[in-house]
Formats: sequence, C-alpha cells, structure tokens
Amino acid sequence: MMSATPKKEYPQVLLANRHPDRIATLEEYRSSGGYRALADTLGAGPQDSLKETIAAAVLLGRGGAAFPAGVKLKTVADDAPFPRFLICNADEMEPGTFKDRVLIHADPHQLIEGMALTAYMASAEKGIIFIRPEYESAARILEREVGIAREAGYLGENILDSGFSFDIDVHRSGGRYICGEVTAQINALMGKRPNPAQPPPYPTEKGLWGLPTVVNNVETLCCVPHILRNGADWFQSLALTESGAGTKLYGVSGRVNRPGCFELPIGIPLSEIIEDYAGGMRDGRRFKACLPGGASTGFLPVEHYHIAMDFDSLKSVGNRLGTAAIMVFDETDCLVAATWNLLEFFARESCGWCTPCREGFPYLRDLLWRIENGQGEPEMIGALRELCRDMSYAYCAFSPGGIAPVESLLDLYEEEIVAHIEGKGCPFRKRS
Amino acid sequence: MLPADLREKLERTIETADHPRELAVDVMMALQEHYGHLSDEAVAEAAQLLDMSEVEIDELATFYTFIYREPVGRYVIHVCDSLICWMDGYEKLRDHLARKLNIAMGGTTDDGLFTLLPVCCVGYCDRSPAMLVNRRVHGNLTPEKVDAILDGLRESARSADETSSG
Repeated sequence: MMSATPKKEYPQVLLANRHPDRIATLEEYRSSGGYRALADTLGAGPQDSLKETIAAAVLLGRGGAAFPAGVKLKTVADDAPFPRFLICNADEMEPGTFKDRVLIHADPHQLIEGMALTAYMASAEKGIIFIRPEYESAARILEREVGIAREAGYLGENILDSGFSFDIDVHRSGGRYICGEVTAQINALMGKRPNPAQPPPYPTEKGLWGLPTVVNNVETLCCVPHILRNGADWFQSLALTESGAGTKLYGVSGRVNRPGCFELPIGIPLSEIIEDYAGGMRDGRRFKACLPGGASTGFLPVEHYHIAMDFDSLKSVGNRLGTAAIMVFDETDCLVAATWNLLEFFARESCGWCTPCREGFPYLRDLLWRIENGQGEPEMIGALRELCRDMSYAYCAFSPGGIAPVESLLDLYEEEIVAHIEGKGCPFRKRS
Repeated sequence: MLPADLREKLERTIETADHPRELAVDVMMALQEHYGHLSDEAVAEAAQLLDMSEVEIDELATFYTFIYREPVGRYVIHVCDSLICWMDGYEKLRDHLARKLNIAMGGTTDDGLFTLLPVCCVGYCDRSPAMLVNRRVHGNLTPEKVDAILDGLRESARSADETSSG
C-alpha cells in the first residue's frame, strides 16, 4: 500500500519550534513571531472582534469534543460576574493520546500566550493549567516558563502596560481519566470528588466557585495566537478539506514503524499519515483498522484507509476525529481482545457515580473476556448490544465514548465475534 | 506526627489560597511524600489542615490513582496496561517484573523497596511499552532495560541509606 508520490511538505505552525531534545526558549518563541499577537491585541481594540476572528476561523476544540472555541468564548456574557477563570485542560488521558505532552515539551510559551489571549477575550484574571500527574516533567517546565513569562511582562499585573492582568497556576491532578471531563475537572479543582455535573448551568456561566469559567484543551489554546496574528482565512486555508480549518497534531501508535506525533493539515488522508509520516505498517503487514481518535471512537475499517482526517468526514462514516490519536491494527490483531482491553480501561476509570456506567463496563468487559477465552455463547452478542443501548443513558459523555469501540465491533466485525464463539476461542491466537 | 517545619510550610501555603480545599490534592501528596503513603494519621492531619472532614479527605484519597491509602514500597512501579502498551508486550513485561521482584501485581517486596501496580494509559504510546517509577516514565522497555532500571534503583536506595546513616 505504499504511495507512489513523494512525501509532501506541509506548513508547521504549532510545532514550528520543535527540537528533538529540548524545549524552545522564550527568545526562540519570540523570534518566530511569538507574543506579537499579545502585544498587538491587548488593549488595542474591542474584545468582540477578536472573538469574531476565533469564531470565523472555525477553531474546533482539540481535546476530543470538537466544540467551536469561538462559540464557547461568546457564551461568557458581557455582564457576567468577576473574577472569571480560564482553565487549560492538560489532563490528557485518552488512551493513545500524547500530543499535548509533545506540544508542551516543544514550545511552552505558545501555550502561555494562547492562555493570556484567551483570558483577555473572556476577561478572565486567573488561569489554571490542570495537568495529569504522569506529566510531571511538563508541569515543571510550565512552572518555570510561567515564571519567565511573568518576568518578561507577559503575565501578571498590567501585562505590557495594557491595564489587563492575568496569571497562571499549575495544578497537578491526583490522576483519574474522568478529571479530563470539564465539569469533573472543575469539581476536582474545588477539592471535591471529581464526578461530572450535568449542565445547565454551563461552566462559562457558573463554573469554578460558581463563577464564569472557560475550559480549553492545550492544543486549542496554542492555535489562538496564530489565528489572531494571521487571521481566520489563513487558518482555514491550512486545511485540505473545504469544511476543515487549521493543522492538527496526529499521534500515531500501534502497528506502524515510526510511532510519533505529527503536525499535518486537517483533512490529510489517513493513508498518507501512516505511510509517509509513521513509516508505514510494521513487518510488511496490512492495515486492518484503526481507532482514529482515541479509545472513545469506533474502529475505522480498511475500506476507509484513504479517508480525509477531518471532523466532518469521520462523522459522515459514523465515527469521530476525537483527539486524532490514531491507533493502528494489522491483520494479525484480534479486535475482540483489543476491545476487551479498552473495556478494562473504562471499567477501571469509571467514576462510579451513575449505574449504567459503573455496572455496564465491567459487564461488557466480562462478556468479551469470555468470548475471547472460549466461553462465548451466541446470545452474548445480543446481550452486548442491549447493554450498549442501556449505557447510552449514562450521566455524562464517558459511557457513550466507551461503548463506541464495542458498538463498532458489533457493527463491523460481528463475524469475528461469531468465529470466537463457534471456534470456542480466539482464532488469532491459534494462528500465531 | 507531622514535623513542625512541614506543618508550618503547609499552613503558610493554605493561608495564601482563596479556598483551602482547592489544595486538597497538593496537601495529600505532601503528606504522602512524608509518610510514604497516606496513613489514617495523615488523613486526619490533612482534614485538620484543610478544614475538611476526614471522610471528605478519604473520599478524595481513595479516588485518585496516585494517592496510596496503604503502605507502598520506596519505589512504586506503575506498569501501563492500556491498549498500545498491551499490544506491545505489557503481559510479558508484567511477568518479567513479577518474577524479578518475586511479587504479584499489587504486591510489595519484603525489603520494602518495590510496589508493583497496573496503571491506565500514561500518554507514552509512542514509546510503548512504558512504566512509571515514582511517576518518572521509562519507555521502549525490554527485559534488559527493566533489569538495568531495577539495579539502578537498588543502587540509589543503598547509597541514599549509607549517606543518611553515615
């Protein structure tokens, strides 16, 4: 499946200052145009026109939910109370996803500028970076660079003599997947058990301590300085598809020769990412399927090998771009076993607040374990389907995300499940 | 009991916070650092410091992966068992560690040096299989690499003990 055309060069925006072994310094970030957007916009014009630019750029949230960042900013009412908060969601825990780690290690000032600009648009005075404890090195980098930015006048009181004040704290989580969910994250920051809350009210109205709170993903915030500096049209022109906008950090892992994080246009064909950037399939094997956007997306089968990696195109085939963490499987991989592993994750990480999720995931996991290990019965397929249906009534987005791979397994690979049941065991294990 | 200097340091930090309970995780982590795990005594102290009830602290402590309510070894090894690490040899890695340390998942070695625990995706899928030792990541693991890491940890424990006793 190797492509005949040579590897294309695409513009690097978010990873323009990436070095193999070290972070970009403040000086390097500045000489690449960094902090220019902050200097040009702070106090210079109405915040509304800046928000319009973000909205016109169609910057969709990069944390997995794809909510338009411009729309989110506009939901903070002009007369909303103060103080207001900006939270950077660096609690990257979606299996397969490691792009925010790469981004923070590459160019931390890009995130700091993105936060300062977003805070300015929302009139927020306090910023918090909520980071998972496994990213201790990233947390230390951010603490150090926030201090450097403060000394340079980009954070703190009266930033660049604009009259606008904003500062950032780094908050280390105790570590749980659900803390990546916005309302759970806000509870975590308030020292409460991080159960999700069901809006309304939305966090932009009543969030942290009951005050207006904007929560954005690391990559989303990093796009902001570039959009404000170069305009919405420029951002849209980065994408290869009509409906898409911007570049995307694709984290590729699994059965490829060179797993890694690559900044490529929204809308690039999946096959091009795998062959030209991730080094092609390992050991000369064939692409069987992938999870295109983390564990909470469905299996994308081989017939979509050339699909444009865009929010809309994945939606049109019943899937999601999610976090664009592409996890690749070859023809020797058993997708029943892979789904069982994912369910182990969801069963462990369910916060336990609501019954469908707390009870459903262990049940799904045990059914798949039995099918994988030769104890499968034909009626289990119906039981799996019924459970998935019931679990869509769960309280938050965790459960619908977690059942996505199970539903796609049932829809696309039912004959693989049947082969396990009829053969009393895993056909892939026998072959290897 | 909590040493006076640590107690004062935590009290000073809590004073600067708008809402003491926003520091719940930080305080639990600091106490855990001191005691080795979050003991019942530490739960009571955290509650007192943060003006929260013990049950509220315990509710948080038992929720988070990196707060340990039971004694753990000096080095807590969390082995990633999520999809990509699992595809790239998690089970072999786990068995190798269990054999080398002579403990099962969840166990602690008799000398109190190592605890072995599974953990969900740690965000190093580009360097699978991976594990954390006291939250520091080690990736692209092979049995040889694991052996070298364990030897290095034993060595640093030994030299730290010699320094503190000498």
